[in-house]
Amino acid sequence: MSEQERIQRQKATRERDDVVDVHAESTRGDQLKADLDDLLDEIDDVLEENAEEFVRNYIQKGGQ
Amino acid sequence: MALPKVVGIETEFGIRGGPDGDPVTSSTLVVTAYARRMAAPIAWDFDDESPGRDARGLVAGPSYAPVIETHLANAVLPNGARFYVDHAHPEYSSPECRSPVQAVLYDQAGENVLRRAMAEANAELAPGERIGIYKNNSDGKGNSYGCHENYLVRRDVAFRDLVAAMVPHFVSRQAVVGAGKVGAELEYTRASRPAFQLSQRAEFFEEVVGLETTLRRPIVNTRDEPHGDPSRFRRLHVIVGDANLSPVATAVKLGATALLLAAVEDDGLAAFPPPPRDPVAALRALAIDPALEATIELESGEAWTAWDLQDRLWHLASDYAERTGAGAVAEPDEVAFLLAQWREMLDGVRDDHDAVADRVDWVAKQRIVEGYQQRYDLAPTDARLQAIDLQYHDIDPARSLAARVGLRTLHAPAEIDGAVTSPPASTRAYFRGQCVARYPQDVVAANWDSVVFDLGSGPLHKVPTADPLRGTAALTADLFSRAPHARDLLAALEG
Repeated sequence: MSEQERIQRQKATRERDDVVDVHAESTRGDQLKADLDDLLDEIDDVLEENAEEFVRNYIQKGGQ
Repeated sequence: MALPKVVGIETEFGIRGGPDGDPVTSSTLVVTAYARRMAAPIAWDFDDESPGRDARGLVAGPSYAPVIETHLANAVLPNGARFYVDHAHPEYSSPECRSPVQAVLYDQAGENVLRRAMAEANAELAPGERIGIYKNNSDGKGNSYGCHENYLVRRDVAFRDLVAAMVPHFVSRQAVVGAGKVGAELEYTRASRPAFQLSQRAEFFEEVVGLETTLRRPIVNTRDEPHGDPSRFRRLHVIVGDANLSPVATAVKLGATALLLAAVEDDGLAAFPPPPRDPVAALRALAIDPALEATIELESGEAWTAWDLQDRLWHLASDYAERTGAGAVAEPDEVAFLLAQWREMLDGVRDDHDAVADRVDWVAKQRIVEGYQQRYDLAPTDARLQAIDLQYHDIDPARSLAARVGLRTLHAPAEIDGAVTSPPASTRAYFRGQCVARYPQDVVAANWDSVVFDLGSGPLHKVPTADPLRGTAALTADLFSRAPHARDLLAALEG
């Protein structure tokens, strides 16, 4: 393999890797967003129904 | 040589509900419900306690009479922990542990204790009187309660050196191990209108160094109560941290601090960064800036971010571990784990939140708060966002949001259950826990540095445990196996 060929080959490989990286990155982002959406759905299910009253009534005496 | 870093965590839990809404009543119900499970109540021996003694040499406040308190709700657990009512909160003080990761195990065992205690108390209450318990540090209305860490330190290290070494860490570690908070609650912080803070506790600190823990809280607490031989030991009582729900965050909180303490014991102050010019202002300014862009002025005149300080401290700890092995803190694998997690979390909070949302409490909380806010287009002051903050810390798995965000675990559930009843093997907690488990009818009181027996006739017998590193399984397991009764143990100890 000539020097020229090797450089082209490396370049081609690198470009393929770049494409794969971008794809993996967007998949990870989509997955995280989907996970967060599921989590927010779950929070809706368990969050205190009357948030305002819950927050207002949560009063502690000071501690250490 | 640095002393082995015996560590422990004391957590005051938030509490609401109960038959009359009074937190003292509810806390008492929770602790007594749990103590009833045990064979006999064991009191706390206040002899030798001196919370008014000051590490700077002054003695302030009242002296404490040597007295066994029997009217306060109190339990000494077979794992060596103390579970009791402190002020208006149920408090779990973990047994003395020999490494940060072990202390996480006993911190989580404490959450189990609170969960069981709450369930038992609630079983006897009407549905409208249900008690809820929260592992947090603030009610959002200006009232704070603590999660304190304790570290065994050499007595001959000058206290001012400990202060100089630890202040840069205590103001900046919230970037990695803060538990996060929606909004602000004290006037001077509210003026900046932060939507979110790194720390539950930061805005409650008003002094750099001091003795108080409930008023004018100091970044470095001077309570000089070693619970051991005062000529050799100091117990650094750290009140400036948040209660973490993330087990890895708890490990890094303890691990980073223990590594830095060991480094100052062995190498002195030379490699530490200079302290901030105004530590209290720095603590608050860093807390209200989750973007981590704020800089604080150091005594050298340089302006550093929280990240810069933590980065410098990480390198210091890492160099120390490389040179010495940091055996005072943990076994080599654990030291490597603690440093790796600290590094990843530090880089993640700046560069990639998604990569550390499974370990950094404030990132995990901020993600759901901001996600919820965007989904419903809520104002930053909407009560639902405050509710998410509170409910992140609910210890009831049916309600806890921390239990839903996918936090990484360090110990299997069965191991945590085991730690509710078994003490750590390599500190004096082993001796205390075994006494409580084996001779519940004969132990009348205990505290960190003694166990008191009543054999029914004659005087009380007090067994001192002044060295946190004795009373271990290696030293006493054989003794226990040959002592079916308390009198056999005492005879062997006295003989």
